[in-house]
Amino acid sequence: MNFEIGDAVDTAVNYVLDNYSPALDVIASAIGFVTDGILNLLTSAPMPLGIAIFVLLSLWRVGIGFAVFTGLSLWLVQHMGLWIPTMETLALVIASTFLAMLLGLPLGIAMARRDAIAAGVRPVLDLMQTMPAFVYLIPAAMFFGLGAVPGTIATVIFAMPPVVRLTNLGIRQVDSEFIEAGQAFGCTSSQLLFKVQLPNALPSIMAGINQTIMLSLSMVVIASMIGAGGIGNIVLTGIQRLDVGTGFEGGLAVVILAVILDRITQSLGRESVGLRRFLSLKPASQRVRAASAPGVAASTAG
Amino acid sequence: MAMPTENDVPVLPDTPKISLKSVFKVFGERPEKALELFRSGKSKADVHAETGNSIGVSDASFDIYPGEIFVIMGLSGSGKSTLLRLLNRLIEPTSGSIAIDGQDITKMSRSELIALRRRDISMVFQSFALLPNRTVLNNAAFGLEVAGVGEEERKAKALAALEAVGLSGYADSRPDQLSGGMKQRVGLARALASEPTVLLMDEAFSALDPLIRTEMQDELVRLQSEHSRTIVFVSHDLDEAMRIGDRICIMQDGEVIQVGTPDEIVTQPANDYVRSFFRNVDVAQVFKAGDVARQTQVTIIERQGVSAAAALERMKKFDRDYAIILGRDKTYHGMVSRSSLIENVKAKDPDPYRRAFLADVEPIPSDEPLSNVLGRVAGSAWPVPVVDARQRYIGSISKSALLETLDRAS
Repeated sequence: MNFEIGDAVDTAVNYVLDNYSPALDVIASAIGFVTDGILNLLTSAPMPLGIAIFVLLSLWRVGIGFAVFTGLSLWLVQHMGLWIPTMETLALVIASTFLAMLLGLPLGIAMARRDAIAAGVRPVLDLMQTMPAFVYLIPAAMFFGLGAVPGTIATVIFAMPPVVRLTNLGIRQVDSEFIEAGQAFGCTSSQLLFKVQLPNALPSIMAGINQTIMLSLSMVVIASMIGAGGIGNIVLTGIQRLDVGTGFEGGLAVVILAVILDRITQSLGRESVGLRRFLSLKPASQRVRAASAPGVAASTAG
Repeated sequence: MAMPTENDVPVLPDTPKISLKSVFKVFGERPEKALELFRSGKSKADVHAETGNSIGVSDASFDIYPGEIFVIMGLSGSGKSTLLRLLNRLIEPTSGSIAIDGQDITKMSRSELIALRRRDISMVFQSFALLPNRTVLNNAAFGLEVAGVGEEERKAKALAALEAVGLSGYADSRPDQLSGGMKQRVGLARALASEPTVLLMDEAFSALDPLIRTEMQDELVRLQSEHSRTIVFVSHDLDEAMRIGDRICIMQDGEVIQVGTPDEIVTQPANDYVRSFFRNVDVAQVFKAGDVARQTQVTIIERQGVSAAAALERMKKFDRDYAIILGRDKTYHGMVSRSSLIENVKAKDPDPYRRAFLADVEPIPSDEPLSNVLGRVAGSAWPVPVVDARQRYIGSISKSALLETLDRAS
């Protein structure tokens, strides 16, 4: 016998569309508010100011070598005529990451505190990560129409699992003696969370956020198929017209954005070395040690 | 006629600070059932076989008085750390009552318990448990911060606590920049900052090397003389217990075997287990060389091409005339005297240790009965090194350590 799972899903989607459209509209306008705000901010800022901000961030968080790379590569993006699409993509990435953290951090914390929640959430995360993205692009477009909002929602679904998993893992891996110390000195359970567990889980949580950003970036390109806009449109145009050159330019802009976001967000989990090293505020012995840190090594490679 | 002086008043025992009455802790799924079986006379092994539960602490009853250092001693697995954690309910007791200042803490609500931990009890941990993301000062201020004390007041108190342990100059350092001994001083300062009346110390000095451990024991006794608290100190180290304990509680397999002053335990041991610690009839037959060996000598790792000046400095600092030279893997290489090493350093010998080795030192295997080596230790001018089957250095037996061991037999 056959199970008509496909029919059941169709029925469910139609049922939601028929009965919950006001609720969907509220969600859409809330998400639209976030994405539009970020989008307007990034696209209305003058290009030289935008580049300057990225260069300064790179200098502060990573180092002088990487700051030079950031400046040159964004200058290249501008001269390929892709500055505005790149900023649109960045806005979608920021909005998606923000929403993924907003949902993912509390979910990860809840998983760490209750084994039952962890057991229930884990298969859902597996589903979100392995279900082909195109499958939920379609219902997202049906629920929320075409544009940046369904793009953001599809991106959040695809990119949220790492931040949830690594928040859960990070909190569970905090040394049990730290927990005992926190309890012995009279922490309430929320003090234990904020003063002991989260600070010690921070490197793991930051690694999760970094992965979420990287996954969002790969997803917003695909989301251009439902009108999310940004660099994805350039890549899509390249594919549709069999225009290898245009496609490559779009791809290159994605790679540049990925490298910059990756290095800067990786550095957020540790103390900044770049600026202080640049200004030589550290004694020589510590500078030698800083130079062997992974982030800095990567910057000289870049 | 006049007012009676204090001496006229008969010395009555104080009311206990902490009082335990038949406290049990059962680990496992169905503790009530296991406890019932145990009380009906089944052995621990039977209870474990039947229910899968294990009895961590059984029927512990004793009093701890204000101002004393109370050492809970036993071999590993004897339940001593579990017993300590029952006192602030880091581990929940299965049955029995634990009263602090007359209040039964087993009946306290969550919020009463938190208030008690903030106000009256603090704890020092074996591996320090300093929070790596906080400075030394903020670690010391942790308990006060959690209790909601204002920033200025808690910084002042934390700084005073750091000063008391001699670390006020390190307030802005991170824990990972400190040595083990300094870390535990911070652990101690954190515990003292909230001015608790009870201090729980879980093998607090066991992770430190022997010379620093002695120093910390002295420090604790000094702090106690300045400001008296009730200290419950868990240890597996006999010497430590004898050295700092006002009274000692000996545990075996979760049971309290004996509670008494060090003297009482040495002179009137409750059973053979206690006797085996303190008063073996023929200690020289029972103890192996490895049991008596102590790591109180300076040890130096031999490295090619490294000057011996640093080694000499350490010997001078710890005031030792002899040092043990070890390989990187702790294998015993030889023993040097300070004078022979100084000569070789002066002569700029490229291999300063080898030529300085004392010729007639033969290490003792750790499983050699003490009775077989009495003569050698007694006739030796220096502490005799002891090695295990793989030639790794375990410690040395000095004449005084030997005499101390034999004295317990009398």
